[in-house]
Amino acid sequence: MTILYNGTYPGLLSAIFESYRIKARPTRIVPEADWRGSLFEEPLVVATRSDWAERVRAGVVKKTSKKGERMLYRCLLSEQPDVEMLIYDFVRQSMKSKTNWADNYLDDTVLRLQQIDKKMGREIHRMHAFVRFQQTRDDIYYAVIEPDFDVLPLIIDHFEKRYPAQTWLIYDSRRHYGMFYDQQRTEAITFAEKDHLNLRQISASILEEGETDYQEAWQKYFTSTNIPERKNMKLHLQHVPRRYWKYLVEK
Amino acid sequence: MNQKTQEKLEILADAAKYDVSCSSSGSKRKNTRTGLGNSTGSGICHTYTEDGRCVSLLKILLTNFCIYDCAYCVSRSSNDIKRAAFTVDEVVDLTINFYRRNYIEGLFLSSGIFKNADYTMERLVRIAKKLRLEHQFNGYIHLKAIPGASEELLDEAGLYADRLSVNIEIPSEMSLKKVAPEKNYKDVLEPMGYLKTRIKGYKEERKQIKKAPLFAPAGQSTQLVVGATPENDLKVLQLADSLYQQQSLKRVYYSGYIPIPTDNRLPVLKAPPLVRENRLYQADWLLRFYGFKVDEIVSEAFPELDLEMDPKMAYALRHPALFPVDVNKADYEMILRIPGVGVKSAQKIIQARRFGQLRFEHLKKIGVVLKRARYFLVCADKDFLHLGWDPDTIRSQILHADPKNRKAAQLSLF
Ligand code: SF4
Repeated sequence: MTILYNGTYPGLLSAIFESYRIKARPTRIVPEADWRGSLFEEPLVVATRSDWAERVRAGVVKKTSKKGERMLYRCLLSEQPDVEMLIYDFVRQSMKSKTNWADNYLDDTVLRLQQIDKKMGREIHRMHAFVRFQQTRDDIYYAVIEPDFDVLPLIIDHFEKRYPAQTWLIYDSRRHYGMFYDQQRTEAITFAEKDHLNLRQISASILEEGETDYQEAWQKYFTSTNIPERKNMKLHLQHVPRRYWKYLVEK
Repeated sequence: MNQKTQEKLEILADAAKYDVSCSSSGSKRKNTRTGLGNSTGSGICHTYTEDGRCVSLLKILLTNFCIYDCAYCVSRSSNDIKRAAFTVDEVVDLTINFYRRNYIEGLFLSSGIFKNADYTMERLVRIAKKLRLEHQFNGYIHLKAIPGASEELLDEAGLYADRLSVNIEIPSEMSLKKVAPEKNYKDVLEPMGYLKTRIKGYKEERKQIKKAPLFAPAGQSTQLVVGATPENDLKVLQLADSLYQQQSLKRVYYSGYIPIPTDNRLPVLKAPPLVRENRLYQADWLLRFYGFKVDEIVSEAFPELDLEMDPKMAYALRHPALFPVDVNKADYEMILRIPGVGVKSAQKIIQARRFGQLRFEHLKKIGVVLKRARYFLVCADKDFLHLGWDPDTIRSQILHADPKNRKAAQLSLF
């Protein structure tokens, strides 16, 4: 049986809850938006219910740990095909297991989820590192990113804690949405198509006067702090793969 | 920001770059509602230099004017270079604005000695104080503790900085005397010892009173230059170990000596000893995270680290009686000693064992580097006894299996 859900984490947890409730094992769980239809089956569409989602979530926390539950959320945002079934399988096994199923590195599902989670962790860490804000005339600190996975919701917390007294916007130009923080709260925003932002294409006219000076100073710093006698481009590229260069003012 | 500031930045970043530490880890400093920045414990490298080093902090000297003439230092008074000095406000402004743009985790501020120790230290402290109090800056601050500065100034420094460091630089006092006649170990160890007691004192206090102030919460570090003077690895690691044990240092950094044009008190090297430096870091990790003792890594009989292979592998080959290790039975400490098994893999092995017997494929998926590890372990479905357990054979197999090693071996022929 194929289950369709709305693509969100609570949606997926609701779908899992429903499969338990009606005692039916899904063969696939697919976001509604990705469903292409089928001649041979009528999928089950499960609506998102926050009380259901919460019960599954709390159950996973209890059976594994907060970290185990968090892993599922992070993995869902990896946009890997079929990650839903891995999550479903993990929840099912966790409920049966007496010990924390997330520690079971003998199990293929656990191993695959861990691998995905590790990739997510790396991408999150890179975004913490490589986001570069530019200050605009209206005092918004402004950054465009193009992460490999949908990590924007996972990095907000870090920037809220770090820059609580600064208005900022981080925009994912691949997925066309951003997170705007106004020194009170963060909200997801989207721009009309014509206003889609691109990396490094913020026009100089909207930038604060001193902005380019600081960018230049940072470039100079980057060059001066290098030790040519130690040059090791292989190591350099390992740490800063080329696809991230587009973020970096200093590159 | 004017052109002048940018020029100063170029000069004073260039002069500071030989201090290899750039870590922003080990401190937990919460932000406030209206403040700027925080430290979460694990540092972030915001970029990497072309030599592959992490750039986490704005690392600069306040000035490269210096009254001393240490042979190993670019800023030494006899060296004919451009000199510059930042104002307090310039440093504050650069730090705040770089931080706001997410370029850095904070500031690493060192300085040449102008006038005297107190005069210099006072300015370093003033910058940190201004950042903390006027700008509510809660990012990372690493200050150099200037040997000879008053205890009052060191006390103040600790209240604003996350980490303090005094560099030992030369790994023996005899050599130090030769290259920096005005310096001695006592002057370096004194502030280190003083700060150690202060850090400990404040830590105790915080256990009692939660609101007690932080005092250099990321502790102290130091740097040792290797290759400029004749000390062997045994000597260097013994010194590092005593610094960890007796001075409670958080980190010792090793800096392969980069030949700085011509001071005749120092040898002429063609290239910095980067492989040796790397091996020292590996050995340092074994001391700090793998439960190794110095004499297990280097000894009078083997006073130098093996440049061809990492120290853990070298240890395993010197101790054939301890291997192979059965990953399904051995305790954590022993699993950690298998070459190719890191801390994370070792922990996973211990956790996974509760669910059943580990087989070869599991080890692979857990992340064990089997190319190296297989000689040294036994798992449920495989041992590698047929590969033979002759240290020399393993050694040559490992060296030849890895093209990186092959190159290193070739180089060392010349
Ligand atoms: S005192 Fe410090 S800055 Fe001055 S020459 Fe010696 S090492 Fe360099």
